Amino acid sequence: MTMQAQAAPAFPYDSSDLDRFRELQQLAYGCAERVAAWLEPGVTECQVAARLRRELVAEGVQDFFHIPFAWFGDRTAFRHFQTPLQFFAGRRKLEEGMPYILDCAPVVDGYTADIGYAGKVGDNPIWDKIAFDLREYRELILREVRQRKPLNDIYASVDALIAHHGYDNRHKVYPGRVIGHQVTRMTARGPAGVNVLGFGVRTLETLGRELVSERLHGRSPLWADGRSSRHAPTPGLWAVEPHVGFREVGLKFEELLVVTEDDAHWLDDDLPHVRRWQQAHTRSDAR
Amino acid sequence: MKHRTVISAGVPLAVYEQGDPARPTVLLVHGYPDTHHIWDDVAATLAADGHHVVRYDVRGAGASGAAAGVRGYRLPQLADDLFAVADAVSPDRPVHLAAHDWGSIQSWEAVTDPRSAGRIASYTSLSGPCLDHVGHWVRRRLTRPTPRHIGQLLAQAAHSWYIGVFHAPLLAPAAWRLGLAAGWGRVLSSTEGVAPRAGHPQPTLAADAVRGIALYRANMLPLLLRPRQRPTAIPVQLITITRDHYVSPALGDDLDRWAPYLWRRTLPAGHWSALLEKGPTVARMIKEIVSRTDGAPASPVLDRAYGARGGRGPFAGKLAVVTGGGSGIGRATALAFAEHGADVVVCDLDLATAERTAELARLLGATAHAYRVDVSDGPAVDTFATEVAAAHGVPDIVVNNAGVGHCGTFLQTTEKEWQRILEVNLGGVIHGCRAFGTLMVDRGEGGHIVNLASAAAYLPSKILAAYATSKAAVYMLSDCLRAELAPAGIGVTTICPGIVNTNITRTTTFSGRSADRLDATRDRISALYTRRNFPPDKVAQQILRAVRQNKAVVPVTVEARAARLLARLSPALLRAAARFDLG
Repeated sequence: MTMQAQAAPAFPYDSSDLDRFRELQQLAYGCAERVAAWLEPGVTECQVAARLRRELVAEGVQDFFHIPFAWFGDRTAFRHFQTPLQFFAGRRKLEEGMPYILDCAPVVDGYTADIGYAGKVGDNPIWDKIAFDLREYRELILREVRQRKPLNDIYASVDALIAHHGYDNRHKVYPGRVIGHQVTRMTARGPAGVNVLGFGVRTLETLGRELVSERLHGRSPLWADGRSSRHAPTPGLWAVEPHVGFREVGLKFEELLVVTEDDAHWLDDDLPHVRRWQQAHTRSDAR
Repeated sequence: MKHRTVISAGVPLAVYEQGDPARPTVLLVHGYPDTHHIWDDVAATLAADGHHVVRYDVRGAGASGAAAGVRGYRLPQLADDLFAVADAVSPDRPVHLAAHDWGSIQSWEAVTDPRSAGRIASYTSLSGPCLDHVGHWVRRRLTRPTPRHIGQLLAQAAHSWYIGVFHAPLLAPAAWRLGLAAGWGRVLSSTEGVAPRAGHPQPTLAADAVRGIALYRANMLPLLLRPRQRPTAIPVQLITITRDHYVSPALGDDLDRWAPYLWRRTLPAGHWSALLEKGPTVARMIKEIVSRTDGAPASPVLDRAYGARGGRGPFAGKLAVVTGGGSGIGRATALAFAEHGADVVVCDLDLATAERTAELARLLGATAHAYRVDVSDGPAVDTFATEVAAAHGVPDIVVNNAGVGHCGTFLQTTEKEWQRILEVNLGGVIHGCRAFGTLMVDRGEGGHIVNLASAAAYLPSKILAAYATSKAAVYMLSDCLRAELAPAGIGVTTICPGIVNTNITRTTTFSGRSADRLDATRDRISALYTRRNFPPDKVAQQILRAVRQNKAVVPVTVEARAARLLARLSPALLRAAARFDLG
């Protein structure tokens, strides 16, 4: 017998909260774009992750949900990843034609953003193709969340789209195979700026508490494909990160999805990947 | 046939011409211990195809005169002979050259000579490398003794033992005179399957063979020990003979270094059977390069052969056709072939998915095309094969992958369902094998057919009656076909994947179940396949390996291998297990 999900909680944020989340998400994407503009062949993942952290701290970020990550080349598709330690930025050097991903999760006043920025250096047709196709994942996820489908079913729909495209699911490599996770306003009291295995102490404290309390309600703050995600989307904020790969190239976007009691929308549409699709659309219209 | 004599450095050379002298001239040079007759089939086909075909007996062989001593057989002298013949038969236009064995070695001397510019339009080489190139090839491997390089050196040494014998005094001449020449026809028949024919071997064989030993003694050691730099700008077509007992295919590995305009072809044949049994195929290859260098539009076959092995992978220059290539194992296989250098043609019942696969294959650097084909429709598959051959050439690899799943006991399965399962799973393979197998045999360049069966082919289950029957038939069909096509150099492989995470469970049909139970069953089976999580990419890798190694049967997953072992150890146990209702 499965535990029945109890009545969903009310949406916990007002519009000023959402504004703060949105501002922080803009700030994080802004930092990622600045680092991306600075990137050039020869830099290492470690240098880039450190630069991203400096940019964020300079903007007033006090803590991190998780430390900034940077992946280059086939590491963007998590190829040959055996242990979680391999997620940490390493000594891989950026080369011409390589894809890269920057992933950071700053916290300001308890408000959290969690973003993924995918890019490439030079020419990479596979990257272009996946980048174009990612739009369908953003639309699919929003559509099915609005239909209040169980989260594990939406996960399966994403898998089906990935198979249809001929790519492979790379978010399953993340701990817990998650395609997303809930984001709350962190109220934990642990030391800010201290992290264990890449996650902030306050993150772990908050996440641990939520895992227990949500479990009691038959829900999970982590969005994966197993039984624990067999429930309708919980109202609140979800960081959603579909991550797909083809051969040596991996791409993702990550941004906050606002789920209310009866509807859903992306927190912000003014983001680099959305602008890229809009430009492509305009260009094809012009043709 | 017209006969004339050309004198070169005092030696009379017997020259034979056939075909219209106004047409492009093809000059054919024979090897050791042959005469111009070795080219009879090739020459007849080329002449009938509108070429001016010229052959001659090289010095020391057949009706030509002999040189006074070993020195008279040095390569520069032999190249002079070749130019003398070319000048006599085609003084105004360059000739297309094709040569075999020692004829090819001496033609390399001519092709890498500066005089060849404007005199030789193209060169097709069979089983005879440039000795200078071989010298550099050996040096390169000795200075970089990787395991692969050492293996290549040892393999070539095992092929070249007789060269040592030819340098020993008395031994080789005695062998030829005391019986080898008399029994040469039997040797070729037993080692290479060459059918006896009138006039072959030639009556002058013993004398030709003994005189020809001078070719080895005059050239081998000096050139191999002190190789010269011999590049050429002439278009070269290298025909690698796969079952050559004397020249290993690896000898051509470095040829791009010396001949930048290089087309690589493969011929499944032996050293002599290439010309004596596969004459029309060799003639077609020569004809293709002749018309290409004379300005005919590019053909996809030659385009693939051009620069093959140019770093795109082990299947560079090959064309692979995959049925059911729009999803699952078919898509993964098409992409794996594309990634390893092959061009691909993908067909599927759903054209959009096939086009998607082709698009991904192009991203991997391949040329790729998509077709909509219902493999259960025999005439449609025939049309598809004809279209593919016309537009892209005869494929080198065909993967009959398209299939459907079906779940139901024998009594639950209706006649219609039986028909559908057998038409797609078995009929699809039959049509694919027949349509493409015929084309491959006619082409004569070998190839490989891969048929997708299933672990269910040898794993009985009461709920897979129709599916397992269709797959067992594919399994047996492949084994029979493998025996039939082996002489044509076409391999046949049966793949038994096991539980692989594809969309087959989503499209599987079920007999005798109500709609709601059907969904529940389908979900349960899909969940099992997802949990097992064996990716189709790994099946694709096994398919590529099976093609490279010409494997007969490949069970892929652990369960497929375990079931195959059990089927041998204790069929009774599997029969008992077949009673379980796994659905």
